[in-house]
Amino acid sequence: MPDLSFVFAQSISGLTAAMFLFLIASGLSLIFGVLRVLNFAHGTFYMLGAYSAYQIVQWLGTGPVNFWIAALGAALTVALLGGIVERFLFQRLYGKEELYQLLFTYALVLILGDVAKIIWGTQQKSISRPPGLTGAVSIFGATIPYYNLFIILLGPAIALGFWFALQRTRVGRFIRAAALDRETLGALGVNVNALYTGVFVLASFLGGLGGALITPMRAIVPGMDTEVIVEAFVVVVIGGLGSFWGTFLGALIYGQVLSFGILFFPRFSIFSIFALMAAVLIIRPWGLLGRPLK
Amino acid sequence: MIQKVPWALIVFVAALFVPVAGSRYYTFLANDMIIWALFATSLNLLVGYTGLVSFGHAAYFGIGAYATGILMKKAGVSFLLAFPAAGVVAALFALVFGFFCVRLTRIYFAMLTLAFAQIVWAICFKWNEVTGGEQGMPEIPYPSFEWVERVAPWLPFVGGYKTSEYFYFLTLLLVAACLWLLRRVVGSPFGRMLTTIRENPERAEFIGVNVRRYELAAFVVAGIFAGLSGGLFGIFNRGVFPDFAYWTKSSEVLIMTLLGGMGTFFGPGIGALVLILLNQQIVSYTQYWPLVLGTVLVVLLFGFPGGIAGALGALSGRLLRRARGA
Repeated sequence: MPDLSFVFAQSISGLTAAMFLFLIASGLSLIFGVLRVLNFAHGTFYMLGAYSAYQIVQWLGTGPVNFWIAALGAALTVALLGGIVERFLFQRLYGKEELYQLLFTYALVLILGDVAKIIWGTQQKSISRPPGLTGAVSIFGATIPYYNLFIILLGPAIALGFWFALQRTRVGRFIRAAALDRETLGALGVNVNALYTGVFVLASFLGGLGGALITPMRAIVPGMDTEVIVEAFVVVVIGGLGSFWGTFLGALIYGQVLSFGILFFPRFSIFSIFALMAAVLIIRPWGLLGRPLK
Repeated sequence: MIQKVPWALIVFVAALFVPVAGSRYYTFLANDMIIWALFATSLNLLVGYTGLVSFGHAAYFGIGAYATGILMKKAGVSFLLAFPAAGVVAALFALVFGFFCVRLTRIYFAMLTLAFAQIVWAICFKWNEVTGGEQGMPEIPYPSFEWVERVAPWLPFVGGYKTSEYFYFLTLLLVAACLWLLRRVVGSPFGRMLTTIRENPERAEFIGVNVRRYELAAFVVAGIFAGLSGGLFGIFNRGVFPDFAYWTKSSEVLIMTLLGGMGTFFGPGIGALVLILLNQQIVSYTQYWPLVLGTVLVVLLFGFPGGIAGALGALSGRLLRRARGA
């Protein structure tokens, strides 16, 4: 039996991974919940967020707040890109079959992935941790970097803010209504198309932010897009597509299963995740906290 | 008039002459196309004829490839048994996965097929003892063609080819047989019922059709032929890799189906042919093949949703009308 500090360190690393996944998967889940589209390009937005943050840091140089400016700038850039794509291309496919929508998002994966390669090359890039969060703290004998703690606090903060916005604001109510019945919402005089664009922009922002914030911890490489989209997909399937707290729960489960899976069954950690997903799909196809849909 | 021409037969006979007329490279290319044509056509049974969008069809391709590969390489089983085994094993998996998938509708169906395909990929990727794990399984042996050399002296035009060329002929014959079978399936009452389900599942239910059972049957049949194409591909590729079952493979074959034209029988085959030719042309100029593929896909989705077969059909229809009018 490994000692307790090791277990603690492992669970913290799982929690950090979970909060990143939550950031990314919440965007995927939001788009699915409202637009009923599985957006493969969401992983690409995450990757572009990472590359944009790298680029902005390159331009600004290292300074006390430059990392934060870069992260926010990257997320906004990606949000803008998401908005443009939705407004001028994706919106034309809403009346058509799901297959066309799915394949369109896949076309974005192909095109934007190569554009990123053309701009930034295939060499891996990295950003150092923002000043002020470079140190580490010792808790229960385990060394936890400050940056991980920041991410662990940021995740629930965003979750709560997001939940509050969905529950309490006017736009949030529209979004929830659109997820249930878009025709009726349109008939009530709400500009559904603008709402969809807004949802896409918000989801892209979250994806881009996730990508930008992960740069101090993981290298930025081509291929990080298709890798993360699978992880985010598993998270939302386990938690329940379109379900907000489901995504949070799914991310927590994913992080812990992965980090303890590596500890106890090093070779089958990925498999244990997929097995869990299969079990959920068979028993509750709509996910742990999702609602069955007709 | 155009319909009367036996196009399939002409293409088949022309394909027989590729190793004689073309270089070794063209034989290789044609072999690749033929296998993918079968894979895409099997998917079309689901997407085009039954209206079920599977985003995990690569799973059955991969399963077939591993089944044949493992049997031939590790167990030393002959191709005669290892090839049908690809179909049988793929059918079993399709039956189990499909049982759960057909209970869901539309986008949920697509996601569940994707999820199962990712599970298959994860198993292939990690189970080193059986699948070779991340490294895959290189050096799958070719089937033995000694018997051909033995009977060659008594037959005209047979004998004296390289092993890869014999394998090309074998692939051509097997794929032609599979396509003929699939064609029979599509034209049968069963196939017509699938189209009815695509057009209106509720009405099919009303007239007493067990929609789920039909969908599951279509899923299994599509899985069998995807498995068979995978079995051939593993040998052709001289190795089987976890990639075969990865989600990007599933989207590649969907693109072929869409490019050629869904719902037309030979459309997906044409799509496979065009996409592989295009790929071969593009990669000699640039490394950015995904960019080109993505652009082609966007143009297709917005400009030609019927694919090549749809566009050709519309064109020939217009020409015919003009000819009659004149």
